[in-house]
Amino acid sequence: MWNTFLFAVIPYLAVLIAVLGGIWRYRTDRFSYTSQSSQFLESRVLFWGSNAWHYGILLILGAHVVAMVIWEPWASLTANPTRLYVLEVIGLGLSFLAAAGITVLLLRRLLVRRVKSVTSNADWLLLGVLIAQVVLGIWISLGYRWGSEWYVQTAVPWLHSLFKLNPKVDYMVALPGIVKVHTVLGFAVVALFPFTRLVHIVTFPVTYLWRSYQVVLWNKRPGHVRH
Amino acid sequence: MVTAAGKKGAAMDIRAQVSMVFHLDKCIGCHTCSIACKNIWTDRKGTEYMWWNNVETKPGTGFPTLWEDQERYQGGWEQDGQGGVKLRLQGKGRTLGNIFANPSLPTVDDYYEPWTYDYEHLFDAPPGDDQPTARAVSMITGDKVDIDAGPNWDDDLGGSPVYAANDPNLEKITATERTQLNELERLVFFYLPRICNHCVNASCVAACPAGAVYKRGEDGIVLLNQEKCRSWRMCISGCPYKKTYYNWTTGKSEKCILCYPRIESGQAPACFHSCVGRIRYMGLLLYDASDIDRVAGVDDKDLVESQREMIKDPFDPAVIEAAHANGITDAQIKAAQDSPVYKFVKEWKLALPLHPEFRTLPMLFYVPPMLPVIAETKNGSYDVDPANPGNTDGSGLPGLSTLEQARIPIQYMASLFSAGNTGIVEDVYRKLMAVRVHMRSKTVGNIDAGQVAAALEDGRTTGEEAEAIFRLTSLPTFKERFVLPPMAREVAIEARVDPFQLKREGGFGLRKETPERRY
Repeated sequence: MWNTFLFAVIPYLAVLIAVLGGIWRYRTDRFSYTSQSSQFLESRVLFWGSNAWHYGILLILGAHVVAMVIWEPWASLTANPTRLYVLEVIGLGLSFLAAAGITVLLLRRLLVRRVKSVTSNADWLLLGVLIAQVVLGIWISLGYRWGSEWYVQTAVPWLHSLFKLNPKVDYMVALPGIVKVHTVLGFAVVALFPFTRLVHIVTFPVTYLWRSYQVVLWNKRPGHVRH
Repeated sequence: MVTAAGKKGAAMDIRAQVSMVFHLDKCIGCHTCSIACKNIWTDRKGTEYMWWNNVETKPGTGFPTLWEDQERYQGGWEQDGQGGVKLRLQGKGRTLGNIFANPSLPTVDDYYEPWTYDYEHLFDAPPGDDQPTARAVSMITGDKVDIDAGPNWDDDLGGSPVYAANDPNLEKITATERTQLNELERLVFFYLPRICNHCVNASCVAACPAGAVYKRGEDGIVLLNQEKCRSWRMCISGCPYKKTYYNWTTGKSEKCILCYPRIESGQAPACFHSCVGRIRYMGLLLYDASDIDRVAGVDDKDLVESQREMIKDPFDPAVIEAAHANGITDAQIKAAQDSPVYKFVKEWKLALPLHPEFRTLPMLFYVPPMLPVIAETKNGSYDVDPANPGNTDGSGLPGLSTLEQARIPIQYMASLFSAGNTGIVEDVYRKLMAVRVHMRSKTVGNIDAGQVAAALEDGRTTGEEAEAIFRLTSLPTFKERFVLPPMAREVAIEARVDPFQLKREGGFGLRKETPERRY
């Protein structure tokens, strides 16, 4: 019963909240769709914290997604012990990078008065959840070695079953408690998306790469952009 | 960034630009423009430190401190080696790579920490031996602070070694000139009012990865869409004039909007309207937008001329035809023909862009201030003409400035207004001096005709032109200084709401409730 709730209800609920909440916030309060940067108030520490955190966590998160999407090549990649070992070392390194980054960011928010004064309760909550998630991730990778291999055998089939709208919670039930917590907390982060500054993820301005430098808008020709 | 019209070659892409001229000789440094602007637009939380309009003392380090130093802030453009320009800050790929921490972002310390005073204490203080004081309180943290910088911190400190000596424009002048400039006895300075330059090749627009900053096609006003701004902060670094500001409470950048709601309803911008010295002129310019990349990409010494070339003659039938094709109205063309800005910039060539070497093609222009002359104090009298002792009343030519006597080095002015090309600044001064000589001969009459003719020739001007310049400089009515057509407010995008009516803590725009920081 609990397992069904945790691994068959919560994931859908979290995604639903993220999608509907994200759309609702975009439609009613687009103004708040921002990364809410505090670099203007403190720049030097942010440089180390923010870069370490973002690059670290993006690559780690990317690995989770890649292993889920192309699980067969990933499985053959990790079949070789040497490659598995290298992969684990890289993964651990990146997660330490992310952990160091977010620790710096937390200390910055706690200790720099200016930054602290623009930190909302939602920011503190998000910081806490993210730190817990990273710590759990590192704990798992150290305590239950070769995660990049067994992830594909356990959580990935479960995630696939979620996508097929036929959740098979048995895959998760067998896993250690700490992995379960890590999984549920991951979906909690998803659910937090529309209520925190996490919304800035979907506004990443990739279109800049092919946009012309100059933007000229004409009132009399609405929607007409020339350069 | 070559446009479709540019590729075709010959076709002109004529656009209208609301433009301004600042006549620096008339600026008295009273900061009334800054205050008018602040009271209307930036009296909200998060914007306290913003001065969309500010007035600086030159030589000086300005606001934010050392904004002209692009080694430090990486604003504007540089030549790309192929006749065009590239952003000095970074390429597009690096913009995305640096998005988590912008390495060239100024911080609040480069401006100043906004403060108020603890007035409450004056009432609440317990009885004591000393008079209670209202200490300064940070408007960011609420902590007591020691004020060590402000928006016009180096006001009138032209001779001060702390501020003036650090002016980036002084790098190019000689050590002797520098000493001469900073000598207390000869202390000299002038004022430089600055707002957003509403550039044709705006680097804030180009640097914004979200595409939130844009130029309005109809009038060239550069605006920043508050709904699209995502707090990536690249515009702040990208603008070499540091005229986009970061609202630290809403997480949005904001900038001078050239009071477009006022302009659209036929009123002059607040800074313009409140100007005590009446130094500002406003009018339309017609310019050719077909080849901006090339116009901005010429060598430093040619930049001013290249920009003058881009601004087209509003009487030229070909220009008018191309303007019509772009939807520019007859009223706009008429306004462009009557534009005082066109006269100063193109016809008389007296007004110059500020720091053209930033290559943004700024569309606000400055008439450089008349140079004070080198003088000596002798026997208690102020001698303006050491070569002819005793000539203290300014009779004859020597009482007027000459280039040779200039106390502010020409090189310094050239560093500000012509990318180091002293010839352009000298031409401006020769003409300004010719106007003085001519008008003095007319009003005082103590200069002989030969000297007047020589001065006019030297300034490449005529008696009629000198009088026209004098008239528009000294005696213009408001309507002669402010020549803008009705801006057809009914068809403007922004006019669907009245931004002033919807002014909120977080800015302006179509929002149902006050946006505050909730996330």
